Amino acid sequence: MKRVLIVMLTVLLVSGMTGCGYNTLQSTDENINATWSEVVNQYQRRADLIPNLVETVKGYAAQEQEILLGVTEARSKVGSIQATPEMVNDPAALQKFSAAQGELSSALSRLLVVVENYPQLKSDVNFRDLQAQLEGTENRIAVARQRYIKAVQEYNVIVRSFPSNLTAMIFGYDTKPQFTVENEAQIAQPPQVDFGNE
Amino acid sequence: MILATSKSAKGWLIATAALLIAGYAATALAEVAIPPLRARVTDLTGTLNQQQKTALEARLAEFEAKKGAQIGILVLPSTKPEEIEQFAVRVQEAWQLGRAGVDDGVLLVVAKDDRAVRIEVGYGLEGVLPDAIAKRIIEDDIIPRFRNGDFYAGIDAGLTRVMGVIEGEPLPPPRRKTVSQARTGLDWLFPAFVLLLIGRRLLTAVFGRFGGASLSGAILGMIAWIVVGSLFIALLVGVLAFLFSLSTGIPGGRFYRPWGGGWSSGRGGSLRGGWSSGGFGGGGGLSGGGGASGRW
Repeated sequence: MKRVLIVMLTVLLVSGMTGCGYNTLQSTDENINATWSEVVNQYQRRADLIPNLVETVKGYAAQEQEILLGVTEARSKVGSIQATPEMVNDPAALQKFSAAQGELSSALSRLLVVVENYPQLKSDVNFRDLQAQLEGTENRIAVARQRYIKAVQEYNVIVRSFPSNLTAMIFGYDTKPQFTVENEAQIAQPPQVDFGNE
Repeated sequence: MILATSKSAKGWLIATAALLIAGYAATALAEVAIPPLRARVTDLTGTLNQQQKTALEARLAEFEAKKGAQIGILVLPSTKPEEIEQFAVRVQEAWQLGRAGVDDGVLLVVAKDDRAVRIEVGYGLEGVLPDAIAKRIIEDDIIPRFRNGDFYAGIDAGLTRVMGVIEGEPLPPPRRKTVSQARTGLDWLFPAFVLLLIGRRLLTAVFGRFGGASLSGAILGMIAWIVVGSLFIALLVGVLAFLFSLSTGIPGGRFYRPWGGGWSSGRGGSLRGGWSSGGFGGGGGLSGGGGASGRW
């Protein structure tokens, strides 16, 4: 009889521990890290495409110096920011990262607008492939960002709501910064539909 | 009364009109609902006739049996207000085409009134079906036929190319039905075993040590028989459970805590893939916006 009681107590204890939200806190926190890596990964993928893209465009439209330079500069600026996992806790660093990526996005969209004037370039097989890759990458970035935003939201809700907020307080878990809205419109938009900015 | 206060009646009219407009705006802004996944080919526009649908279904089913990769087709009028890219990601999140872990699903979405088509590629096929190839398939094979109004031919030609590309990729072999069933059976066995170890404490308390052990052996054997369907394995499990119950039933023995080791089912992909015998279901594959789209 005593043993049955102990079993019941153990059940109560364990279910009580999962009820305080510690495990959910852990899994959502880890989910943020995973989705953040995907965001960084996709931005990196875009940055990797750019040298090739610039070279190809140069072959047909070398006179577009200024715009090509703009893309190259924006890319090197993006490359100079080290995207660390700790960035998810630092609103200022996240803001800086987002802004740099946003600049690259608009530089790319300017480039793609100019490309419209070069029919030969547009029909180049190499360029078409690069453009498809760029479009795909922009789309992946949008998806990765959206999943990251969702992950942060889920985590923040747990950190703020009762009773898991007590657990979060005890173990020092704080809410995480979101991608801000003004960047949202700027970055989440694929460059090829950004023509209105010109 | 109403006539007398024509001013307030006018106010009511305006309010009603405003409400109607607001309601209309809300429905216009709402995302297009994702149709449930019941078949490999989902046509909400009535573009494909029954014969064409059956032909496509057969091709896709044969391909999955041979290669393991799942391909789904969705034809709908429009994805507005969303772009087809965002919509396709949402559909794939819901449908989960492709096997869990392998992520070898491909989704072909045709938004007829938007004149847009998209190939959404699962993570596992991004290497063999990269964006540039997907774009070429759309531009070279699908869109020219769509422009002529021949949707079946466009879809069919696109499928041929997609399948041809995946054909060359070494994917894990498709799972045989029996294997998946046995696996599902063993998945259930462990929790059942652990549960019984707890229940055994109650049984021994009521029926005594030997009685409790034989009862747990019998119950577990029965469960094994039902789940696995083999009498031999059932007997083996029963005897093992009996011996195990007897040996750990020593007073003061340590507790077995099933909560320590996690046997959470994860995404539950194997279950969804394994059980569906009549209908069609996604296998738990993921995608992250890979692929390409085109407009005609």
